[in-house]
Amino acid sequence: MHDNEHTSHHEESFIRKYIFSLDHKTIGKQFLIYGLIMFFLGGGLALLFRWQLAYPDKPLPIIGASTEYMEEGEVVTGADRMWERIYESEKEEWLEVNMPNGVVDPAFYNMLFTMHATVMVFFVVVPILVGAFGNFLIPLMIGTRDMAFPILNMLSFWFAVLAAVIMTIGFFVPGGHAAAGWTGYAPLSSDAQWTGVEWGQILWGLSLFVQGLSSLVGSINYITTIINMRAPGMTFFRLPLVIWSLFIVAILLLLAFPVLSSAIVLLVFDRLAGTTFFTPTAEGGGDPLLWQHLFWFFGHPEVYILILPGMGIASELIAVFSRKPIFGYRSMVYAMIAIAFLGWIVWGHHMFQSGMRPGLGSVFMTTTMLIAVPSAIKTFNWLGTMFRGSIRFTTPMLHGIAFVSMFVIGGLSGIYMANTPVDIFIHDTYYIVAHIHYVVFGGSLFAIFGGIVFWFPKMYGRYMNDTLSKIHFWLTFIAFNCTFFPMHILGVGGHMRRISNPMQYEFLQGFEGMNIFITMSAFTLGFTQLILVFNFFWSIYRGKVAEQNPWHVNTLEWEAPTPVPHGNFVQIPTVYRGPYEYSVPDEEEDWIPQARPEHAPATSGD
Amino acid sequence: MLQWLPENVSTFGQGVDNLFYAIYYITLVTLILVIGTLITFLIKYRYQEGKKADYIEGSTTLEIVWTAATTVIVFVLAMFSYPQWNNIKSPTSFPENPDVVVQVSGKQFNWDMTYPGPDNEFGTDDDLLLENELHVPVNAVVHIRLTAVDVIHSFFVPQLRLKQDALPGRIINVWFEATKAGRYEIPCAELCGFGHSGMLGYLNVHAQTDYDAWVQERWPQ
Ligand code: HEM
Ligand SMILES: [Cu+2]
Ligand SMILES: [Cu+2]
Repeated sequence: MHDNEHTSHHEESFIRKYIFSLDHKTIGKQFLIYGLIMFFLGGGLALLFRWQLAYPDKPLPIIGASTEYMEEGEVVTGADRMWERIYESEKEEWLEVNMPNGVVDPAFYNMLFTMHATVMVFFVVVPILVGAFGNFLIPLMIGTRDMAFPILNMLSFWFAVLAAVIMTIGFFVPGGHAAAGWTGYAPLSSDAQWTGVEWGQILWGLSLFVQGLSSLVGSINYITTIINMRAPGMTFFRLPLVIWSLFIVAILLLLAFPVLSSAIVLLVFDRLAGTTFFTPTAEGGGDPLLWQHLFWFFGHPEVYILILPGMGIASELIAVFSRKPIFGYRSMVYAMIAIAFLGWIVWGHHMFQSGMRPGLGSVFMTTTMLIAVPSAIKTFNWLGTMFRGSIRFTTPMLHGIAFVSMFVIGGLSGIYMANTPVDIFIHDTYYIVAHIHYVVFGGSLFAIFGGIVFWFPKMYGRYMNDTLSKIHFWLTFIAFNCTFFPMHILGVGGHMRRISNPMQYEFLQGFEGMNIFITMSAFTLGFTQLILVFNFFWSIYRGKVAEQNPWHVNTLEWEAPTPVPHGNFVQIPTVYRGPYEYSVPDEEEDWIPQARPEHAPATSGD
Repeated sequence: MLQWLPENVSTFGQGVDNLFYAIYYITLVTLILVIGTLITFLIKYRYQEGKKADYIEGSTTLEIVWTAATTVIVFVLAMFSYPQWNNIKSPTSFPENPDVVVQVSGKQFNWDMTYPGPDNEFGTDDDLLLENELHVPVNAVVHIRLTAVDVIHSFFVPQLRLKQDALPGRIINVWFEATKAGRYEIPCAELCGFGHSGMLGYLNVHAQTDYDAWVQERWPQ
């Protein structure tokens, strides 16, 4: 061991320390800030299309033209003056093409929801859960000084930056950005003539390809690190659940992403080289369903990549703040492993109505029903963890509780859709949109928020402002439910997803009020997130200074000094017990850190 | 919540709705139980001065009970779903000898309806092509040969509880029997380009005599 070499502080240049850093903690923070920035991009896109859904073909507030201007060309407001200037200018302005008079154009609408989902899935949730928490937590929680391959780790971040840059450029190319949905169904996506989107779709693919490299490099690193670099005594069954979840997710990413990357290569061939992998042609071409099979073979594991680390984080929060061991630690681990295996054989549930052979629908319904079981097991175990606990309602715990309750709703709505006959009706309606957001926003994002507040003291040596955090939590929780719960009802009414103007349909006339309500809630939800970001950056500099282990947590990251130095630990800890030894009988304190030697005989785990 | 479902007018729709209701009640009860338990725990086991949590590591019995219970519930649901699904989607179990056969083809951004005419064969002179208007008699078995010419579209009639993607390069067989005369919308349910929103056809379900009159008018004899 090279203790001295690692812990001694040699001055690093600014660039080495903050930009091209090799330190897993810095890379984790970089991913976090990256994710938060992209979160605002993705959210902004959503607010634009929510406006259109509530007030179809009405100009946006502030930048939209006035009625007088639109009807008589009479300049009344400042915005009118802006539009006048835009229309008079020689070149085609971006706003003119996409939002004439401040009204969202239908093609632009398609681009907005496509990019909203793409950004949220690939540039927000995965980078934060896997990139930020994975990087920050893995070495600290398994008790080592850094990742196995620090240079690969740095590359993983810079690939992600490159991917984000490519994705952003797509907004400004002629023809606009990708507009075939985040699922990019062919042939809509594979031939420019169907959408008029030229380079946008290709940049979309290229960007995801690069993001795939980032995931690949990162996941190899995580797997190697967790297998090889655990501190002495840290057996697999003494790993905190969040590490288990990240370990499993790394394996899923390693195996799943290359499938998407390959599909994207075929898609780009179809677009640029004249192949027809996804288009049926007279000369014996391809098949549109091939894309769907490839996409969802990646896509379903991907949705579990979005939730598993959230489950892991929630498990930590609930155990710590109930001051109790995780109920059924091992069955929690086995449930995650079961989800990881079953996740590979359910992809067809996204294709029940696709024209896939109906017999296969029944098969995929069966496997999908099976995967609901481990999800239920996990929920019951979280409840069991709170049972006879001593629950502290800290802000991270509030997020943990929100995670569980929202995940229950999302899981239960999954049962409807897994049921093939019912799915005939609700497929491609807002019911699906509600489901997605209950699992990914209600689930993953609440876990992310909770995790940020929880680990902030270790990351930055300070607390986040608790009043602001609580306000942020409650507003988010209420606005989230007001935004997404009514979408179940829209779905039951048959309201299709991905339409820009529901008022074009007779049978949807009754939903205008609900759409307006949802949009107002969505704006509240969006603006509430400003509180989080303000609190985050303000607290980095101004927050109350935190002690080393403010929440009295057992796991190893809290053994490290705060702020955590390069090399993490003064001395590599030895692990004597499982991670959740809280409220052990006959103990004075209600916690025993994993690394505390006095009580050497381990009481659980191993 | 389910009162928001549009009226059902197909023979198989009631079966779909029954499943919908069954799942609704099962999940509603589950939700109430889980959230109720959660809230009870939060109140009962909140932090109290001088009270320590109980050290409980788990219970194998409970794990087995809830694993088995969920497995049974979801499988019973699946058992009830297989026959419904086959009845609606599996061409081998369609009612034979349809009263009407129509080819429906999605293309940006319309539904083309082709009737084979009196000779019952497609591709002959007496074929009739209608844009966005589908006419069928009530209480009659209708077979649709569903396809698309450009990209994927999805044939959706909310009141029939019927949705099927239309794929270029393939003909997919779909059937229904409408039980109530009326005019119903056929939105496209799969993103198909900038005109997707507003891609809309109509299903006109006529009383038999009206339908006969319509046929007479189209193919006078
Ligand atoms: C109890 C477990 C679950 C079941 C039974 C389930 C079932 C389903 C089914 C059948 C669909 C396809 C519906 C359709 O398009 O008609 C679906 C869609 C989806 N699910 Fe789940 N799901 C479950 C949990 C999750 C979780 C944990 C996540 C992610 C965190 C998730 C994310 C998604 C997403 C993103 C889609 C929609 C993809 C799209 O079409 O854009 N689901 N789910
Ligand atoms: Cu899935
Ligand atoms: Cu469409």
